[in-house]
Amino acid sequence: MKIAIVIMLLFSLFFGIWNQSADKIGTAILNESTHAVELVLSLTGALCLWSGLMRIAQDSGLTEKISRLLQPVISFLFRGIQKGSEAVRLIAMNMTANLLGLGNASTPLGISAMRELAKEAPKGVASDHMIFLTVLNTASIQLIPTTAAMLRLRHGAESPFDILPAVLIVSLVSCVSALFTARLAAKTTIRWKRRQRL
Amino acid sequence: MTVWIVPLAVTGILLYGALRRVDIVSSFLAGAKDGLQTAASILPSLILLLTVIGMLRASGGLEQISNCISPLFQWLGIPPETAPLALIRPLSGSGSLAALEDVLQTYGADSIAGRTAAVMMSSTETTFYAVAVYYGAVGVKRSRYTIPCALVGDLIGLLASAWIVRLFFF
Repeated sequence: MKIAIVIMLLFSLFFGIWNQSADKIGTAILNESTHAVELVLSLTGALCLWSGLMRIAQDSGLTEKISRLLQPVISFLFRGIQKGSEAVRLIAMNMTANLLGLGNASTPLGISAMRELAKEAPKGVASDHMIFLTVLNTASIQLIPTTAAMLRLRHGAESPFDILPAVLIVSLVSCVSALFTARLAAKTTIRWKRRQRL
Repeated sequence: MTVWIVPLAVTGILLYGALRRVDIVSSFLAGAKDGLQTAASILPSLILLLTVIGMLRASGGLEQISNCISPLFQWLGIPPETAPLALIRPLSGSGSLAALEDVLQTYGADSIAGRTAAVMMSSTETTFYAVAVYYGAVGVKRSRYTIPCALVGDLIGLLASAWIVRLFFF
């Protein structure tokens, strides 16, 4: 991130000289911090609403129920994982939190699941299961795109949630393709290892 | 059908909580307070990132860079205005939020660029951040094929966002 910021600053300096737009850059510096506060303020309401609703879902056992439904899917995705183990339960909870957009809850759950998986892997090396869990977490599988919808509403969208079907399809496509690539890579490395042994 | 997802989710969660005899008000308040904290915690980095992106836009550089790479993006079928978001998405959550805001503000929420950017934002994740957090927590040094696979997912997500938005709305 540090590098990205430095690159952007150097670029704006360069283009500021090139286009003689130093005055505009000055105005932007003054304006953007206010803009950031406005942006966060406009997101705060939705953020609080969903966090509150999700706390109810957690306290009422709804997230637990959804995660139990997910367990067979996980046993299917993570080939060779022990069914009904603590790892499966934690991965299911992590995925549920991701689906519901509970960023704060999903990370600790994912880390616990990762610790559980790491017990059966050589130290310092990511096992196939660990890679699968990470890839699942780098592919967004959020069901309701609250933040983007909120921002669209702010900028005059007629129906801010109309992107929802598109988001669901794209999430699914990108998640499946990432997992498919991971499965393919796992298979090739197994074959490669076997060849080395021969 | 899809217009019902959000209203049903909200009422469903509240009713389920009430049926299970959860104190829905105090649960909600506790969760909402967490949301407030999250909002406060993203503000400082957003101020920095929006300022830097704003400077780049004001200098005229963002437009010129976008123009430079627009043939590539056009060839792929992605609106070139979303290039900054596409580049920053895997690196930083608040950075991509700032980039999305910039696209929506400049081109409008219902424009093809605005819609594509919103779908991109919602259907991909901060890949490098997630990998760093998860592997950092268990001390993994050899991540093997994690990053390539995750980036394949991101790339396909970016392309599919543009294609599906064009298919659905334009």
